[in-house]
Order: sequence, then structure tokens, then C-alpha cells
Amino acid sequence: MIARSRAGRRGADVAIKVLSSLAALAGIAALAWILWEVLRRGAGAITWEFFTALPRPPGEAGGGVANAIVGTLLMTSLATCMGVPAGIMAGVYLNEFGQKTRLGAAVRFSANVMMGIPSIVVGLFVYTLLVVTTGHFSGYAGAAALAVIMMPIVARTTEDMLGLVPNELRESALALGSPRWKATFGVIFRAARSGLLTGVILAVARVSGETAPLLFTALSSPYWMDGLGGPTANLTVLIFNFAMSPYAAWQEIAWGASLVIMAAVLTLTILTRAVFREVGK
Amino acid sequence: MTASETDFAGGRDVLARRITPERKLSDSSVTASIKISVRNLSFFYGDHRALVDNTIDIAANRVTAIIGPSGCGKSTHIRVYNRIFELYRDQRATGEVLIDGRNVLSPSTDLIELRRKVGMIFQKPTPFPMSVFENVAYGLRLHFRPSRRELAERVERALRDAALWDEVKDKLGQPGTALSGGQQQRLCIARAIAVEPEVLLMDEPTSAIDPLATAKIEELVYTLKSTYTIVIVTHNMQQAARISNFTAFFYEGAIVEFGATKKIFTNPSEKRTEAYITGRFG
Repeated sequence: MIARSRAGRRGADVAIKVLSSLAALAGIAALAWILWEVLRRGAGAITWEFFTALPRPPGEAGGGVANAIVGTLLMTSLATCMGVPAGIMAGVYLNEFGQKTRLGAAVRFSANVMMGIPSIVVGLFVYTLLVVTTGHFSGYAGAAALAVIMMPIVARTTEDMLGLVPNELRESALALGSPRWKATFGVIFRAARSGLLTGVILAVARVSGETAPLLFTALSSPYWMDGLGGPTANLTVLIFNFAMSPYAAWQEIAWGASLVIMAAVLTLTILTRAVFREVGK
Repeated sequence: MTASETDFAGGRDVLARRITPERKLSDSSVTASIKISVRNLSFFYGDHRALVDNTIDIAANRVTAIIGPSGCGKSTHIRVYNRIFELYRDQRATGEVLIDGRNVLSPSTDLIELRRKVGMIFQKPTPFPMSVFENVAYGLRLHFRPSRRELAERVERALRDAALWDEVKDKLGQPGTALSGGQQQRLCIARAIAVEPEVLLMDEPTSAIDPLATAKIEELVYTLKSTYTIVIVTHNMQQAARISNFTAFFYEGAIVEFGATKKIFTNPSEKRTEAYITGRFG
């Protein structure tokens, strides 16, 4: 047999190193470019008025997105209130009760599929379910669409995080005479709490940037909301509408709104990491 | 005499001073009252039969050791006593385990009450992710409605009984997981005895712990047996010889030999028992 040449091995090693470094750089560069561009163009829009005023009619300078910020916060909160408990309970079922059952397998499969479904399909689904039947767009429908997106994410992370808790802990809680539900919520949840929290934060971060599911449900509104019963202003649809408009003032507002969302998601993500790091100790 | 027999005999002499008065009683299984009667217990992991017609009597307020090579069904056997195996869907037991004459395998058994009466200590210490105090209080709150004062008293008593109080009295608020391995295991013992069980099952309680901590736990087992009926699974034959009154030798899911520890270790009736305790296999 012919021995492999040392130069050949070196060459392959260098080639792989260079290629993977380039790929990594390309990824970071794209992210940095987006961050920089949003920051550069959005920073000018950030004023006191931006956070406190309503959008102005087209053509007028100034104005703010206060109603959209409130709408996004309210809908995301409501979606969290619906999607997180349902997702956590589904995750508990998957890992604690339905591990090897058919229902468990079916739930896990559909959760995986749901995570892959384009969010615009979720928007259309909720549109036919809540908008067509009630006859009008509403913030409630928007929150429902976001909740549908959150649920499978929370369910699967909950299942994974509970799965990391060693069985010995489960057994010792039960061996002490703890009913299954008390062992789950009193002991297992505590052991997995940071992982569960991370799943929730990631889900919130994910939906706070969603536009498509809100287009057909919450729609948008230039006014202060009168509850979530009607069309509800929100940041992402506002960005979509304003960025496409021909008015420079609106376009600037759209950049500003992008910056606000980006900063919020970034904060959430960093928060998640901080939680993780605390757990690692 | 082989080397291991000599070692073992030496260990027994040291211990004999402490346990002689009682030994007379426990040497004959007739005189010790019976707490647990196991009759024709078989166990299945799916289709695999892991225990074959186990029949054994466990004496009240004595230590019964279960020895045998890895995979012979020792842990599986005691995991039937508190029905903890039912956590897993494909595991099944047949036969009878009578505790005070009542079959724990009967469907009408109240699992929560059964597990209060039959505590369990695991191989790896399993402190709950909460403070030392809360670890012990957890079981108390499960089964009783203690006032704040009662709770504090009971927690202290359990920690004292588990020979841990002096080491943790100033750090009751710290997480249980911050204790050392041996302390964690004694915390688990405190947690188990806090709910006033009658039986303590110990599944290789010292195999994950250093020798000094092991000695402490063995000593603890020794004092606890006046109050509790103890069944201990162990890989360590010296340990079985040191702390138990009765020993059962398991092999391939069957109980090969059961009797007074002294007899099993000095004059076993079965060839396989002798081969195992002298270290020829296992």
C-alpha cells in the first residue's frame, strides 16, 4: 500500500479550516450587517414622540408607534398566557405520562410538524377560525395565532427539559409517597426550572417578531385600541405597511419600529443566556 | 481458609462485641417476628423474566442484606416492596408481597400510604432541588398537616436520627445539593425517616460514596434497625457481613440461599453461595 502523504493531509486540514472559517464569517457578517443597518437607519426615528404618539397621516413628518407597541405587548402577553400553560401541560404529558403511548407519539409528531409550518398558514387557519366566524379582525384572533405558534415550541422544549431530569429524582419523590402530579410540579419542575424558563423566553422571542400570522388576524390600526375586540395595531404589521409605503417619514418610522423589536428580542435572548449561565454554576 | 474468609472473620469479631446479645434472637428466624413475607414473587421486564418465584421472610427490626452478582435481580426484588417499578409501563410483578399480612400487590393498596410506610434510599443520593430543611419537610407536608413548630421539630428530629443535624444545623437554608455526597445520602435517609416509615429499603446506598461516609451510613443503619425493618441491597460482602442479621443470596433472579448472616458467611449450604462469598465468581 502507498502511505498517505503528509503534505496531502496538511492540505486537506488547511482547506477545511479555511472553508469553515469563511462560512462562520459569512454568517456573522450577515447578522452584523442587519444589526448595523437597522441601528443606523432606525436610531433617527427614536424620539420621545416615537414612543408616545400615534402614527401621523402619510406625508406628515414625526408621529409615533405607541399604539402598535401597546398592541404588540398586549397580544404577545395574551398569547403567552394561552400558549405557555397549554404548551407546558402538553410537554408534561409527553414526558411524564404519555411517553410510550400512541397519543404521546401523535402529539409529539404534530408538535414537530407544527413547528415547521410557515407562520402565514397559522395566520390563515386562525383567520378562518376566528375572523370569518366573528366577521371582523381582532386582537384576540392575533393573540390566538401567536399562541398556536408558541404552543408546540413550549411543548417540545418542556418535554426535552423534563427528560433531562434523572429518573432517580422522580423515583425518590414517588417513593416518599408523593402523588405523580405533586412530584412533577413540586420536584421535577424545580429541577428543570431554568430549562423551562428558557423554552418560554425563546417562544416569546420567536412570536414577538412574527408578522404573517397577524396580517390576517389582528390586521392593523392607526388608532388607539378600544380593547382587543377590533383590529389591533402592532409593530410587525406596521413595519410591513410603512416600509412598503412611498412616504419617507413612514419608512423612517418602520426602521425605528424594527429597531425596537430587534432590541427587545436581543434583550430576551441575552436574558435566556444569563439564565442558562446561572444554571451552569 | 482463604484470605477473604480470614479478613471477614476479623471484621466480625470487632462487630460481635456490639451485637452479641441480639444475635441470639436473630440467629433463628423463628424467634424474630416477620414483617414482610414474600411468596412466589416473579418479575417481568416486558417478556424477560427477571425474578423467579422469590419466597423470603423479612424479620422485623432487623437488617436483611441482599447480595449477589450484578444483574441478578437484587434491586428489582426490593423495588416491588413499594411498587416503585410501576413508574415504568412494561414492568410487571406476580405473586405476593405481604407486609403485616397485607398484600401490597393487591390493586386496592393505597400507594401513597404504602410508600409512607415503606421508605426507599437509592444508589445515588437524590436530594430534591430545594433547601436542606425543605428536603426533609417535603415528605412531612405530603402526609401530615404540621404546624410551623411541629414541622421544625420533626425536621430537626429526622436530621438528628440520620446523624446529620450537627453538620447542617447552620445551613438548613442552603440547597441540599450543596452538601457532600455522604451528607446528601444521610439527608435522603432523614427525608425518608421523617414520615415515620416502618420499613426502609436501601438500594446500594453506599456504592456512590467514599469509605469514610460509608462507615457513617453503616453505623447509622445499625442504630436505625431498632426502629425500622431494613432491607439493604449491597455489592459489598463485607458490608453485608458487618451490618446485617440475615442475608439472602440471589443468583439469576432466584433466591439461592437465605439465612442468618453468620451462617451464610461461615457455613453456607449451597456451593454457589460459597463460591460467591469467597470471590470465585460474581
